[in-house]
Amino acid sequence: MGVIDELVANYNRWIIVFLMVAGLYIVIARGNMVKKVVGLSLFQTSVYLLFLAPAKILGGTPPILHPDFTVYAQPLPHALILTAIVVGVATVALGLALVVRINEAYGTIEEDEIFAKDDDD
Amino acid sequence: MVVLTLLAATTVGIVRVRNLFAVAILTGVYSFLMASVMLVLDAVDVAMTEATVGAGVATVLMLGTLSLTKTEENRPIHSVALPLFVAALTGAVLIWGMSGLPDFGIAETPVHLDGPDYVDRSLKEIGIPNVVTSVLASYRGFDTLGEVVVIFTGGIAVLMLLKRPAARKEDE
Repeated sequence: MGVIDELVANYNRWIIVFLMVAGLYIVIARGNMVKKVVGLSLFQTSVYLLFLAPAKILGGTPPILHPDFTVYAQPLPHALILTAIVVGVATVALGLALVVRINEAYGTIEEDEIFAKDDDD
Repeated sequence: MVVLTLLAATTVGIVRVRNLFAVAILTGVYSFLMASVMLVLDAVDVAMTEATVGAGVATVLMLGTLSLTKTEENRPIHSVALPLFVAALTGAVLIWGMSGLPDFGIAETPVHLDGPDYVDRSLKEIGIPNVVTSVLASYRGFDTLGEVVVIFTGGIAVLMLLKRPAARKEDE
């Protein structure tokens, strides 16, 4: 298999890595709290893809049983990721609530300004 | 594959745009694209959850936060070299780690051969055709119970965090 074929066949993997790295980059490089929460959820969704991609069989169908079909995707990762999505939203809600609280206490949601205010005190 | 590319493009937008309202809307777009990818991957239940919870609830939460805080992000004042380096290093390690995984879409992988045989057991043990539902509600019911506990805890924590300023105003 050539390099191009390899790249196309496992294209989802490259996207997964890109999304994960982009999320990590946002969390480290951006000082804005809301942006950080967005970065975290980006990182999280890339893991969803990482779990769901191996469950797929080319030519298979979703795991809803019907006599006409024999090849189904593996349902266990689907159930796990369903749980993960809902837990992820709970985490995002908590993070955003913390951001609102920080904004009330400091009047800013930029990390650098918060550190500067802490130093002044 | 087109949808995956769009997903990556949206991510670039999220990284670069500094108006947080635009970021919130882009996150919604991202979630819908992610739901489409999940649909292609035969994960219909997950796609439905992502579309409602990811694109719906998360966007509403984010817009609510923005209405309570600010909508413009400051220009980054630090050098981006170090974060870029860390991110690139992580990416390289991930690619190296994933190179050992089996190819996409084939049936002869451990996930399908040695994974649990819920597809065969579900209909005679649980009696419903949707296997994801039977895994979620029966085989791994304790996971779902744990999920409910997490959401409950999260909800209480959010309420506690957001209620304090109102109580403080009453004291003054």
